[in-house]
Amino acid sequence: MVAKTLYEKIWEDHVVTAPNEEPTLLYVDLHLVHEVTSPQAFDGLRLNARGVRRPDLTLATADHNVPTDPLSVPVMDPISRRQLEVLDENCAEFGITVFPRGHENQGIVHIIGPELGVTQPGMTIVCGDSHTSTHGAFGALAFGIGTSEVEHVLATQTIPQQRAKTMSVTIDGTPPPGVSAKDIVLAIVGRLGTGGGAGYVIEYRGEAIERLSMEGRMTVCNMSIEAGARAGLVAVDETTIDYLRGRPGVPAGDAFDEAAARWRSLVSDDDAAFDTEITLSASDLVPFITWGTNPAQVVALSGVVPSPDGVEDADEKNTITRALEYMDLTPGTPLRSIPIDVVFIGSCTNARIEDLRAAAEVARGASVKDGVRALVVPGSRRVKNQAEAEGLDQVFLAAGFEWREPGCSMCLGMNPDILTPGQRCASTSNRNFEGRQGRGGRTHLVSPVVAAASAIMGRFASPEEVRA
Amino acid sequence: MKPVHVLEGRAVPLERSDVDTDQIIPSDWLKRVERTGFGRGLFSEWRDDTTFVLNQPEYVGASILIAGPRFGTGSSREHAVWALMDYGFEAVIAPSFGDIFRNNSSKQGLVIVQLSLEDVEGLMAAVTDDPSRLIVIDVERLSVELPEIGWRRDFILDPMTQERLLEGWDDIGISLRRENEIARYEVTSRAPSLTDVFDASGHAVRA
Ligand code: SF4
Repeated sequence: MVAKTLYEKIWEDHVVTAPNEEPTLLYVDLHLVHEVTSPQAFDGLRLNARGVRRPDLTLATADHNVPTDPLSVPVMDPISRRQLEVLDENCAEFGITVFPRGHENQGIVHIIGPELGVTQPGMTIVCGDSHTSTHGAFGALAFGIGTSEVEHVLATQTIPQQRAKTMSVTIDGTPPPGVSAKDIVLAIVGRLGTGGGAGYVIEYRGEAIERLSMEGRMTVCNMSIEAGARAGLVAVDETTIDYLRGRPGVPAGDAFDEAAARWRSLVSDDDAAFDTEITLSASDLVPFITWGTNPAQVVALSGVVPSPDGVEDADEKNTITRALEYMDLTPGTPLRSIPIDVVFIGSCTNARIEDLRAAAEVARGASVKDGVRALVVPGSRRVKNQAEAEGLDQVFLAAGFEWREPGCSMCLGMNPDILTPGQRCASTSNRNFEGRQGRGGRTHLVSPVVAAASAIMGRFASPEEVRA
Repeated sequence: MKPVHVLEGRAVPLERSDVDTDQIIPSDWLKRVERTGFGRGLFSEWRDDTTFVLNQPEYVGASILIAGPRFGTGSSREHAVWALMDYGFEAVIAPSFGDIFRNNSSKQGLVIVQLSLEDVEGLMAAVTDDPSRLIVIDVERLSVELPEIGWRRDFILDPMTQERLLEGWDDIGISLRRENEIARYEVTSRAPSLTDVFDASGHAVRA
């Protein structure tokens, strides 16, 4: 038998048909839908008198533009309000389960899938959002699609796909204390560059990955797209199965054990070959931060702002100069001396319960620096409820953080949570593009503990500095 | 998507090159929730200008757009095609096109006709001269004709795009031809149905 990678196993398991000269038609096991990329897809169905083939494999939630104000405050922005209403109407019309603002299961689409247990190993999962790669942490093939593809999946439950190349990224050994999953993935993106993963599905492997919790693995897979990859994967192990046991979407009792037995085979075979193999040593990892305007512009938190001087490639030099200008930074400045205006702890990268616990631990008993606005936006209502049950909300509130309602929030600035021009933000999200968090805003991507520490110190800081 | 065999209509000469998708449909139109109605946003930055060619009464009701080189470059928005078609255009003739725009067009049934710069300029002159002239685009024979003056050129479409236009297949239509295979796949599919997981109001059945 030919040795196969995990990607190849899932792919082969979902081929509906592979006609000559046409892309393979792949079956979609779970289609996640939200209010921003779906309205025109549903309208397209109506225009062509088509229906949703499998509403029972489709799940919708409001996340991208929901305000994170208390639920008693209505949605002010007319476009957002309309998109949210239209999502509800479309789901009612086509028989799709939807979690509107305020619903007990509502939250960021990539957070609720896993926490409800509807994200399962071996599945194909798509969503009209590029960070769908998050679900790959469960050994599921998950990737983002565009609006016309959303329509295609709604109508056919399939998606035409070209087979990707496979890449393994192995993190050998165990990272030093203080290094989080976010630091691991920032290191990977920094190493690969924003295009290094283009055309690939990346499987993350090695001891450092195996030792991560599911939350941590999701953080790593989430940012696969930042290296240009189509999807990220982690093989199934007992951590995966323990996480899933007892969740609403998985079978109970013996049926769960049967499913788990099947899931355990979702690993790359020992001698499977990858098209590209990359290895990083965990002992080299430190807390990282982005300094520029793309997620590969990464330096150690203890480092300095890089200089374009001595960079050979003219394009690269130009990119650095431009980023420095936009970020208003001077080469050689220690990152830890740079003052900040805003801290955002949230997004599908880092707004799960474990992220909030880690950030709260840093914030406990401290206070946010005067003049800094610090937001904590739980990834879902379930995360929010859990955090409140553990008293984390009180820790944050006592320290001067805002404790808000769940949603994508300042990750993409489609709701009222945005930066004003020139503001500098320590953010646990995944993209630091120009204007991503608001026009003229300056985003630095960091882990939850660095974000919390920075809020307290009023500049980029590590948790040790808070405790010192 | 409707099948397209032969298009016959009047044409608008848009004497501009590098018309990108932002100019075709500006970004404030992207916030809509509908698939229709984008025709009103077509070239909206230019339509306030009363001398703009689309505002000239003799070109009202034209169904073919003739434009300069590199039409439809820029952002990948599908809305550009929706806007052109919603306005009433069925074909665009130009010396060159943005790749993604061309691809999006063929998927929605907008016919893309690429001719030499010289031929495009010739056509523009002909319809500027007499806006009532009819142009005939034959997707089956892959030809463009101006019968009144006996002008005729061939153009190229890749066979897949041509077949899609002739049959009226959009991407979904193509996949739906595989209905039997999809149904057969579903017989053994292990995709867990969510009807067992959530009740009608979205509450998890098992806590
Ligand atoms: S949190 Fe950000 S990246 Fe994640 S789904 Fe929302 S907008 Fe997309």
